[in-house]
Amino acid sequence: MSWNYLAELEAESVYVLREAFAKLDRLAVLWSLGKDSNVVLWLCRKAFFGHVPFPVIHIDTGKKFPEMYAFREHYARAWGLELIVEMAPPEEEVDPTLPPAARSAARKTLGLQRALEKHGFEGLILGIRRDEQALRAKERYFSPRTADNRWNMKDQPPEFWNQYMTDFPPGTHVRVHPLLHWTEVDIWRYTKRENIPVIDLYFARDGKRYRSLGDRDITFPVESNARTIDEIIAELETTHIPERAGRAMDHESEDAFERLRATGYM
Amino acid sequence: MSDGAIRPLPIVVVGHVDHGKSTLVGRLLHETGSLPEGQVEAVRESSRRRGMPFEWAFVLDALQAERDQGITIDTTQIRFRTARRPYVIIDAPGHKEFLKNMVTGAARAEAALLVIDAAEGVQEQSRRHGYLLRLLGIPQIAVVVNKMDLVDWSAGRFGQVAEGFRAYLAELGLTPLAFVPVSAREGDNLAAHSPRMPWYQGPTVVQVLDSFEAAPRPVDRPLRMVVQDVYKFDQRRIVAGRIESGRLRVGDEIIFSPSNKVVRVRSIEAWNVPEPPEEAVAGESIGITLSEPIFVERGEIVSHLERAPMETTVFRGRIFWLGERPLEVGNTYTLKLGTSEARVRVEAIERVIDTDDLSGRPADHIARHGAGEVILRADRLLALDPFDANPATGRFVLIEDYLPVGGGIVSMEGYPDQRQLVTRRATNIHAVGHAVTREARIARNGHRGGVLWFTGLSGAGKSTLALALERELFRKGYQVYVLDGDNIRSGLNADLGFSPEDRAENIRRVGEVAALFADAGMIAISAFISPYRADRERARRAAGDGFHEIYIHAPLEVCEQRDPKGLYKKARAGEIPDFTGISSPYEPPENPELVVPTHELSFEESLALLVDYVERHFRA
Repeated sequence: MSWNYLAELEAESVYVLREAFAKLDRLAVLWSLGKDSNVVLWLCRKAFFGHVPFPVIHIDTGKKFPEMYAFREHYARAWGLELIVEMAPPEEEVDPTLPPAARSAARKTLGLQRALEKHGFEGLILGIRRDEQALRAKERYFSPRTADNRWNMKDQPPEFWNQYMTDFPPGTHVRVHPLLHWTEVDIWRYTKRENIPVIDLYFARDGKRYRSLGDRDITFPVESNARTIDEIIAELETTHIPERAGRAMDHESEDAFERLRATGYM
Repeated sequence: MSDGAIRPLPIVVVGHVDHGKSTLVGRLLHETGSLPEGQVEAVRESSRRRGMPFEWAFVLDALQAERDQGITIDTTQIRFRTARRPYVIIDAPGHKEFLKNMVTGAARAEAALLVIDAAEGVQEQSRRHGYLLRLLGIPQIAVVVNKMDLVDWSAGRFGQVAEGFRAYLAELGLTPLAFVPVSAREGDNLAAHSPRMPWYQGPTVVQVLDSFEAAPRPVDRPLRMVVQDVYKFDQRRIVAGRIESGRLRVGDEIIFSPSNKVVRVRSIEAWNVPEPPEEAVAGESIGITLSEPIFVERGEIVSHLERAPMETTVFRGRIFWLGERPLEVGNTYTLKLGTSEARVRVEAIERVIDTDDLSGRPADHIARHGAGEVILRADRLLALDPFDANPATGRFVLIEDYLPVGGGIVSMEGYPDQRQLVTRRATNIHAVGHAVTREARIARNGHRGGVLWFTGLSGAGKSTLALALERELFRKGYQVYVLDGDNIRSGLNADLGFSPEDRAENIRRVGEVAALFADAGMIAISAFISPYRADRERARRAAGDGFHEIYIHAPLEVCEQRDPKGLYKKARAGEIPDFTGISSPYEPPENPELVVPTHELSFEESLALLVDYVERHFRA
């Protein structure tokens, strides 16, 4: 195998996934259908030699782009996934003090929380990255959550030398973040190297493309002429616009994202 | 095949709280044009709204709580690029309470910038962070002397701060690549040389960063693959794990430690690769299939036969402590080393390190954020390496109540490899059907056979008492013989030296010979220091129920004062390496059959105690 930086990123993620599979009893992976979680599923198949040996959860807000639903149905079958689709609860059930877009996004959190309770999962794999957002930069590979789904950001366990926190008091669940050390452009380079399928919405149409995919009503395209992965990589090499610029809930108030994360948003 | 991805160099920025780490990073990003559009303006605006002066540190963090407290409570991570290459800068907190976060961040780094306030000078955390960098194995560091604007850009003050710290780091074995005087707030000496410090001719911070080298992959060290799992998803049975060092090829003969199973690599498995790999090297997460269906499990280490890891139940750890409750002698923790786990007991705290002056002193506990050297004993055999030989399999984490509470690196100085000691031995006592029975020998001799295994420090009185006891028992009609250095070392063990391994082998052979004497109906008295509990346990297994461990006990100070052969003096002078009690450990027996305290009893009383013991336990 040729060794380079992408190989190193991949090897690290595979190590994390195997640790999770070895140490956590009831494990599942969250699939948002976006570029990052597609890479996570791909890395699972790398780690487990073509298999994804645990359930794949999609929290459906009912407001995703049609392309995303088509993608889900096709690849769930093609990759032999044990797919669990959970509908997110209506907005009325969400914390009314959150700003509107954040409130909408929080539906996903609530849906996820209910799915975890319903299926009794102890570990959940998610494709977040440190470079996406300042708060995510503080995450651990293995990040414990309290029984009520809270992230105690200010008192996280130490994590070093590839030793992760893998044993927990009853009632805790743990989020596993195998992509923590990747960047947006790494994701695209790897997607290209491995020829991983992605939804067309990422590619420019009429001078605009989506850099990050969420709900139809709170996600906006950015200006771009990148029509291929190579052009996306070239664009990312020079841009100073943050990846989540098109995600409305990040920008409503200074602490909106922090509040979402603390209560269980991915 | 190049895919264009360039590996960023992971750098950590550490130092005392408020010495300006975040300011340095924030301003560095600005000076090198690495900030997202509008970030500085947004932070200026938000500072204005809050009625606070603008700080470069705010640029780093959109985190409200952090800004309110004015301290970085967790590591943040920033991507940044110079003309030479990209970097990931980990900004680690300086506040003492957040040492665990500093460790979390710094452990990922391959180089470090240590920031010191020119006005305040070196502070407690400056030293502690320096010490931790050494323990974490960060090989390259540079010191940034910040806030030069507060000391009127004084070359004298800079020299003063730099020289003091240089001496401290030298004692740790760290040699900084450079000391750079800067004002992070004003941007001096970050990307360009400052006209306000014309006396400084050394590199700027950016030039220092660019002079760091990426850590080389340990491909030339011995093969170590830590086993994470064994999979059976399809017809293949795949042993999965990561190669921490060295290289592994299809067809290689490998050994799993500590189970000591030897097998060949049949294939290296991988998914979605152009062709099945023939070789895998350090850094790769792989899977292998084996030539034979042997049982192996998570936690083992794969190596080549000739350069295998050490096996031991006891080792010395140089540790840093993060737990709320102090580490204390007698406490037990879960140890994680590679993918293996074991319960370990703190057998001794050899010394606690004062990171202010690097002095060490004995203690019964190590407090939170402290460092020290401890002896750990595991409940089972561990495969490991001394940290200096192979870092990835020579470092460990301790867990208490689910939480990681400490980390450390392994030192095997003074401890033998127990691998050769787990060799299979012939079943020569119970299974071999001699025509002469044990009972017949007892009837003839009038006493049982057995082993009186004397153990204790040099100078405790083992040999003197053994020879006197032999004489006394012989006079009373016993078949008795003393095994000691004189008659064993000159013949049977003439091939052995005094390394920990050779000393262990020496004791192993004595144990076997003593067991044969016992089987022959005699009383064998062995008089060897035999410092390791594991060695004595093996001798006990060899001799079975006729084994009596007798602790000839006198405190080290007493023995050293007696010093009948002048050995302690030589050991103290460094002329004898691995001398028990001085430069090599002695593990006292946990449950000896008899203790003879020679510092409290006279010689005659000691001998009487021994004779009485034999009369009670060996008479037919």
